[in-house]
Amino acid sequence: MATDAQTNMAAEIETHELDVLVIGAGGAGLRAAVEAHGRGVKTGVVCKSLLGKAHTVMAEGGMAAALRNVYPEDNWQVHFRDTMRGGKMLNNWRMAQIHAQEAPDRVNELEDWGALFDRTPDGRILQRDFGGHRYARLAHVGDRTGLELIRTLQQRSVARGVEVYMECTIFQLLTSDGKVSGALGYWRETGRFVLFKAKAIVIATGGSGRCFKITSNSWECTGDGHALALRAGADLMDMEFFQFHPTGMVWPLSVRGLLVTEGVRGDGGTLRNGTGHRFMFDYIPAMFQAETADTEEEADAWYDDHAGNRRTPDLLPRDEVARSINSEVKAGRGSPHGGVFLDIASRRSADYIRRRLPSMYHQFMELAGVDITKDPMEVAPTAHYMMGGIRVDADSTAATVPGLFAAGEAAAGLHGSNRLGGNSLSDLVVFGRRAGVAATEYAEGREGAVAVDGGDVAEACAQALSAFEREEGENPYTLHRELQEAMHSLVGIIRTQSEIDQAIDKIGELKERSGNISVEGNRAYNPGWNLTMDLVSMLTVSEAIARSALARRESRGGHTRDDFPGPDPGFGKINHVVRRADDGTISVTPEPLPEMPAELRALFDE
Amino acid sequence: MTDVTMRVWRGDADGGDFRPYKISTEGGEVVLDVIHRIQAEQSGDLAVRWNCKAGKCGSCSAEINGKPRLMCMTKMSSFEEGQAITVAPMRTFPIIRDLVTDVSFNFEVAKRVPAFKPKPREADGTHRMAQIDVERGQEFRKCIECYLCQDVCHVIRDHEENKPQYAGPRFFLRYAELEMHPLDTNDRRTIVREQAGVGLCNITKCCTDVCPEHIKITDNAIIPLKERVVDRHYDPVAWLGRKIRRRS
Ligand SMILES: Cc1cc2nc3c(=O)[nH]c(=O)nc-3n(C[C@H](O)[C@H](O)[C@H](O)COP(=O)(O)OP(=O)(O)OC[C@H]3O[C@@H](n4cnc5c(N)ncnc54)[C@H](O)[C@@H]3O)c2cc1C
Ligand code: SF4
Ligand code: SF4
Ligand code: FES
Repeated sequence: MATDAQTNMAAEIETHELDVLVIGAGGAGLRAAVEAHGRGVKTGVVCKSLLGKAHTVMAEGGMAAALRNVYPEDNWQVHFRDTMRGGKMLNNWRMAQIHAQEAPDRVNELEDWGALFDRTPDGRILQRDFGGHRYARLAHVGDRTGLELIRTLQQRSVARGVEVYMECTIFQLLTSDGKVSGALGYWRETGRFVLFKAKAIVIATGGSGRCFKITSNSWECTGDGHALALRAGADLMDMEFFQFHPTGMVWPLSVRGLLVTEGVRGDGGTLRNGTGHRFMFDYIPAMFQAETADTEEEADAWYDDHAGNRRTPDLLPRDEVARSINSEVKAGRGSPHGGVFLDIASRRSADYIRRRLPSMYHQFMELAGVDITKDPMEVAPTAHYMMGGIRVDADSTAATVPGLFAAGEAAAGLHGSNRLGGNSLSDLVVFGRRAGVAATEYAEGREGAVAVDGGDVAEACAQALSAFEREEGENPYTLHRELQEAMHSLVGIIRTQSEIDQAIDKIGELKERSGNISVEGNRAYNPGWNLTMDLVSMLTVSEAIARSALARRESRGGHTRDDFPGPDPGFGKINHVVRRADDGTISVTPEPLPEMPAELRALFDE
Repeated sequence: MTDVTMRVWRGDADGGDFRPYKISTEGGEVVLDVIHRIQAEQSGDLAVRWNCKAGKCGSCSAEINGKPRLMCMTKMSSFEEGQAITVAPMRTFPIIRDLVTDVSFNFEVAKRVPAFKPKPREADGTHRMAQIDVERGQEFRKCIECYLCQDVCHVIRDHEENKPQYAGPRFFLRYAELEMHPLDTNDRRTIVREQAGVGLCNITKCCTDVCPEHIKITDNAIIPLKERVVDRHYDPVAWLGRKIRRRS
């Protein structure tokens, strides 16, 4: 029970009462908020940065949807099949089906809201090739599709008057009687606390790439939503599956990990090792042999004629390409700075490259001094996307705690063990919208006042401030760096039991030490203090990743075990579910995949 | 590794000053890397905004040696060895702390822009637009909302009193984009003239000069917008502006 003092403290905190609270203003969060607001419930969105800066803004290549503008042969069934096969059949089939069916409507809707996609010669939305997609399927705007998506949704939100609470970080979810009842946050500007009471909460907090040293992710991607949900009692799933994007920049060090869009390969770029060899032909796995070209002639002919030729192995799914690059570098056949070459300069005209890939051109020119219309790029894998996340119901996006919903990168299921490029942006709008619908319905149906426990609030606030009271303690930046190094070298692209064990020990040690962090300065806009809170999330998520990775004694998709190099049919039938006990211990339990109906299974027999 | 001294503005709304930080830097680094190293090693509470570190989100705007720039796109190698490097917050917006300013002015202006209103879809359910027609709008939609153009524009940089009736270059861009959108049916000309204050712009082109996306804000957005407004209302400033431009 709360003491009087605690009740008073809770009463003094700035409080907002909402029907639906959306945590996160990336593509998923904004789409959810537009939906809930449009349905007439009192809706608010919180985000850690300014509006329009969420990680979604960085997405480059495009959003996948079977619009059939370039290849009329395409349809949702083919998209569904590609998504499942890319995920090595570990995807939630129902999510993959909904996604493939609804993505075209969601793309068209963005156009109705002002988005300007690139066009086909007859004036419709143009689509580009991407890895693992059978047909050219990605609606895009040059190589800045994420900016277009977020700006369109941001402008729609503003036009409709959606309430946005910017630069506000949520650090605790509140529950009462087993249902969500609110969220506690702090304003970055002042460091003051703020309480949101809400009937339903949508988590759309994105990924957790900042757990790794070399990553394409922004500072916000610290897995807060995963940690918040887990602590509130929700299940996480598939946390062992982390996507290492094959092509991150490697040089100079300052930009190591920065993404080079798959669009470079979609538009004709090829991978070559240090000796100039197109090595992807040496790494075509059995599962994709039937549809992958085995000669350079056929691969090159495929770009103009998909029907008469098989696709280039440069565009195999990301897990395959990332592992192949890793092997080439390990075998001593890498480029000067420890990557491989990605060459489009010798294959396409300078004019075409600048038009199709303007931001890549700009990025290499300004940050690396490389002119990609003249010279090859150097690339290597970078930590990119969390396939796992909050376990949700496919149709409603409901998490396992009543009143809690999740969408976008924060949710698990759609991508299985490996995401296809372009399937995230479409995921955001398809499931963002569904989360908005379901959260609204839940809020409307919820009876009785929403209560929060003053004791919980006071305790969380006191905990949050403890780092100011210590002196001469640990430096949060140092702990973060140590965590990133451990995750990168021990639970990175290639894993093995002894190393994962070491990582779990290291995470335990860092958890201890994080209880002794001290920060300087005061609460107003203090990144050191803010990082201390983010670190709590990153440690939780890292532990969930490591423990799930340990339990999966096979290699599949974004999870490769050196000690179990092949897939194991037994593991092909289960997802790993992560739960947290009251004492904070994290457990991993295998659960059977949902059964796919016969008519969908038949799509794989062709 | 070489040592540099970086003078970083520290303070809040009540005042502050430049503080020197002696710090090492390695090949290929940008100003934001060095700021991060100061945070990690010397001053954990140094306030700065950033997200992408790739020139894509427009968060890390500051004035570096007096020039409005993105910290993540300013290479340390662009300075001479031994040259003093100062990093200050944007001047046009109120200070929150250190390098972070209160840019809410821009979000308020955004709210006043009348929304996109598309014409109906074709009978076959599509919207048809030619690539060449979307490209004009696409140039403007490259904007990453860094607000460096707003920062440099003298109409508000030196005149706080102009803010209520001036949208600024970033939003002239937005108006121009909507006005040129092949599907849009709203007419915003009166608002542009009467509330957004396009007439106050005298085409100095400072905004175009600082835009990290190299958007030709003045030539491609502001001047056509002025002309469109003049179409309906005689606007002596725009006329003067055009004359000035021709002369230079
Ligand atoms: C460089 C790059 C290129 C990519 N290119 C593509 C592509 O071409 N196609 C594709 O499909 N996918 C692409 N992706 C992946 C895709 O961009 C992301 O998966 C997707 O944008 C995630 O969107 P989201 O809405 O789930 O979350 P995000 O966009 O990450 O947004 C998360 C939001 O949650 C907020 N938040 C987080 N924690 C808290 C908290 N504690 N309190 C309050 N708010 C919080 C953040 O402030 C932010 O607003 C790319 C990713 C990268 C990094
Ligand atoms: S051209 Fe106009 S908008 Fe741009 S800086 Fe000059 S006065 Fe401001
Ligand atoms: S127009 Fe250019 S300078 Fe102005 S906000 Fe946009 S990107 Fe920044
Ligand atoms: S951090 Fe995104 S533009 Fe500099």
